[in-house]
Amino acid sequence: MNGRALNLLGLGLVAVIGIAFLVLIPRLFELDVVLELTVYMIMAILALSLALIWGYGGILCFGQSAFFGLGAYTYAIAVFNIGESTIPLLLAIVLPAAFAALLGYFMFYGRISDVYLGVITLTVTLILFNSVNSTAGPEFRIGSARLGGFNGIPGIPPLNFPGNKASPIDLEGMFYLATISLLATYFGLRLLLASRFGRIIVGIRENERRAELLGYDPRAYKLATFTIGGALAGFAGCLFANWGNFVSPTIFGLAQSAQIIIWVIVGGRGTLIGPIVGCIGIQWLTTALGANQPSGGPDWWAKIFANAPLILGIILIAFVLLVPKGLVPTLGDLGQWLLSSRGKRAKTRLEPKRAEEG
Amino acid sequence: MRVDRRTFLQSTAATAAAGMFSSSAWAEDPINVASIHDLSGGLDIYGKPMVDALTLAIEEANAAGGLLGRQIKLINYDTQSNMQLYTQFAQQAALKDKVAVVHGGITSASREVIRPVLGKFKTLYFYNTQYEGGVCDRNQFDTGVTPAQTVEKLVPHAMKKWGKKVYVIAADYNYGQITSQWVKKYVTENGGEVPSIDFFPLDVTNFGPTISKIQAAKPDFVWSALVGGAHISFYRQWAAAGMRKSIPMASTTFAVGNEHIVLSPDECNGMLVCYNYFQDLKNPVNEKFVASFHKRFGADYPNITELAMGTYQGFRLWAEAVKKAGSVDRIKVIDALETGISIDAPSGKVTIDPPTHHCVLDVHIAEVTDKKLKVLEDFAQQKPADTAAVCDLIKNPNDNQQYVIKI
Amino acid sequence: MDLVALLAIQVLYAIASLALISVGLAIIFGMMRVINLAHGEFLMLGGYAAIVATNNGVNIWLSMLVVAPIVVGLIGVVVERTIIRFLYGRMIDTMLATWGLSLFLVGLTTAIFGNTTVGISAPLGSFQIGAYRTSAYTLFVIAVAAVVLAAIFAVMRWTRLGLIARGTMQNANMAAALGVNPPRVYAITFGVGAALSGLAGAVLAPVSGVFPTIGVAYVAKSFITVIGGGAAILTGTVSASALFGTINQIATFVTTPVFGEVALLGAAIVLIRLLPQGITGRFFRRGL
Repeated sequence: MNGRALNLLGLGLVAVIGIAFLVLIPRLFELDVVLELTVYMIMAILALSLALIWGYGGILCFGQSAFFGLGAYTYAIAVFNIGESTIPLLLAIVLPAAFAALLGYFMFYGRISDVYLGVITLTVTLILFNSVNSTAGPEFRIGSARLGGFNGIPGIPPLNFPGNKASPIDLEGMFYLATISLLATYFGLRLLLASRFGRIIVGIRENERRAELLGYDPRAYKLATFTIGGALAGFAGCLFANWGNFVSPTIFGLAQSAQIIIWVIVGGRGTLIGPIVGCIGIQWLTTALGANQPSGGPDWWAKIFANAPLILGIILIAFVLLVPKGLVPTLGDLGQWLLSSRGKRAKTRLEPKRAEEG
Repeated sequence: MRVDRRTFLQSTAATAAAGMFSSSAWAEDPINVASIHDLSGGLDIYGKPMVDALTLAIEEANAAGGLLGRQIKLINYDTQSNMQLYTQFAQQAALKDKVAVVHGGITSASREVIRPVLGKFKTLYFYNTQYEGGVCDRNQFDTGVTPAQTVEKLVPHAMKKWGKKVYVIAADYNYGQITSQWVKKYVTENGGEVPSIDFFPLDVTNFGPTISKIQAAKPDFVWSALVGGAHISFYRQWAAAGMRKSIPMASTTFAVGNEHIVLSPDECNGMLVCYNYFQDLKNPVNEKFVASFHKRFGADYPNITELAMGTYQGFRLWAEAVKKAGSVDRIKVIDALETGISIDAPSGKVTIDPPTHHCVLDVHIAEVTDKKLKVLEDFAQQKPADTAAVCDLIKNPNDNQQYVIKI
Repeated sequence: MDLVALLAIQVLYAIASLALISVGLAIIFGMMRVINLAHGEFLMLGGYAAIVATNNGVNIWLSMLVVAPIVVGLIGVVVERTIIRFLYGRMIDTMLATWGLSLFLVGLTTAIFGNTTVGISAPLGSFQIGAYRTSAYTLFVIAVAAVVLAAIFAVMRWTRLGLIARGTMQNANMAAALGVNPPRVYAITFGVGAALSGLAGAVLAPVSGVFPTIGVAYVAKSFITVIGGGAAILTGTVSASALFGTINQIATFVTTPVFGEVALLGAAIVLIRLLPQGITGRFFRRGL
């Protein structure tokens, strides 16, 4: 088995698991599980958007939530005004993408890099948070949609089948849509990264100067990557607004932005499957910590074990110390170690390609 | 289409099962009651006392033999001040736990997240926080006070005491915006004027420029509708600038988050507030309640808040309706509540107002005095007049929205 | 005229508080390239240390200026020894670890203190400027900031410790080759950064209050200030605080706090676009 075959095997495995998941979950589980998994799938698309621009493009973006939130708000405002959901859905992808392109142009053509990119993107999402958060007054409305400030926009109409306003997509339909979208995003990104474009952006991440001397314009490639990431995040935002029928400014907040970064680090940068696993894992953990709280009582037991931030904090710290490379790369190393000790395959032969697969 | 049928079947099965359980054959199965509140993150200061009060109410009910011969089981969700979890936990409570009722939601935003979910999955919902008013939904009951019940009383009281020029500062969200409009209305009706209304996002901590602006306007008193931990810094900076002694203050939000304990007496003595409940209310029901609350959660419990009492009363009203209906079936309980169920609560008599699903209850004006709230004046049986102006669920049982009340 | 004087004091105060909350982070980030997302919680812990000490009868000045920095400094050293030291050279991983630390500290503080903690009120009373009254404590905060910044300057410029710190910052390998022990320098640096954050949190506690989740209000702003300032710790922090504080306070006074906040953030974006290495990447390059 060489690297290429291993790669194909991995792809096949993801496809099989994905399709099995898609087909079996709604048949085996109650609606509450289906609904919960739907939001995990949506957030996983968001995680993939950052996996692309940060993990592969090397663009440190602290403000991915800006595009996610823009997608959600765009959909909400457009669907209230238009009614039929096809155009709002497209707008929720195009607008964040255009915003990302504009911001990317501003940053990359200004030769801003490294941690400074992080600060600008963080600042942008905080500006959006502050602005949208102060639109509570009745004078802030776009067409028939009231922005609502801190309270957000409730009762967002769901997506309908294209062209037919009378047939909205139901709850189980949302699960299918989200899962298929996630699979499509995953395989689409795999394809993109396997292409010439994908190899160039990874090359730029590894050594920008060298790529430039070879005749590639890093600014243009970074801009393209950033725009695709923005479009994906906007799409995820649109689905999120559909799932809860609700959007509020916290979507732009520091906690939301940090969360996306945490998913990618936990899952492993430079992989695609990692951020998906990291996202679902952290989301599940957060939900599990909030459910079934022991109620009340001044005793120390409840204070520690009914304390979601405390436990989540300990887990994250332990994780970074024990699994420094992220979940998926570490599992990959483990798998290779097992393979090489059994099959006498030299570990080093696969090692350099590691970061670009998965 | 298949899904619609299935969700329909599931929810009807749930209600049918709930109906069945109430017969004696199923006496061992507990009744599930969900609590969905923020127990960590920025809003836990409000959520913790609410859940404690609900816990106590359920333990008392269980000690008295439960409801319809069945024990009550509290399923307690911590939303961690995260909106996404409100949706998830409301779904879980309705679909997985198949609870008879959900008590929860703190901010209006969280209520508007939960409300449609529970409406969709046919699960009864109690929202127990004071809020801006106007929600009209047959599936929901609101046990907190609304502006017409408190602002209407406190404005003339404060104006008589201090003067007619009122500077309003408010949190920049739905509640602050609407409450400040009510304040303006009542001030004007009482012959006063409001020179300015300033709004502050919930995370603002720097009030220096604002304090200068207020000094320049020279009002007779300041009305605060500030909310949350960050806004406490206003009172600190106000007092530090030496303003507390020259310009007094009134509020219908102060002390809900125990601000009067966090601040020193020097920073907030003399402020006037108006609520349905104060821990120091003198009546036998309340004295007994406070004693058992302290026995359960410790005598050093900072303060039993307005929101905690709202939750306690919300549960008691629901339990009373279940007894009357003889069932936990949603529609039967709603019908029973709509007969105008009434309880003798620690805050006085509390009655459900059938057309609005809000409460008729007593309100009291109190003065902050050395970390306590000293009750000055009582007003018996205030009606939710604001919501009543727009909402009649007896006439329009299918109404389902939050009205913006024209002021 | 009195309004101008008042506004001047408020602008100075905004600059001072921005510099105070940022300087600890600037030291930790500038010297060690650790993005400390638990920075806000260090400030929060400083506030709690001061409150607990004061409420237990320690003199309020002693609690704020001595107890809080020592307590938080020690916590900083413990954090460095148990977590951060495994993560040097892995900037991204320090983000995850310190985010976890931030959640952990919020949870721990809530478990210990609950969420209703009696605060301390600002001492010193108030004074009159023309028609306006303002807090005398504001002047104290400005003074503390000035003293802290001057002290950092003195240490960096004239002491052996400062020399070692600057050397390690410029070239850790070379410093090690010359006999400096980088791990010890890092531990001390992290402790000092934490102590300064603790001091800032304590000094600001009477103004903005203390509760477990207050850190969030600080962390983004101080991060933006530090990066906007650029590589030189002291000059960068001071110049970025001066710029952002002035813009923020004047915009707040003229319009609303929201617009003040947005103006600050917008200024940061423009600044970094014009000076991609921060202020000290272009000006004051020989600053400390």
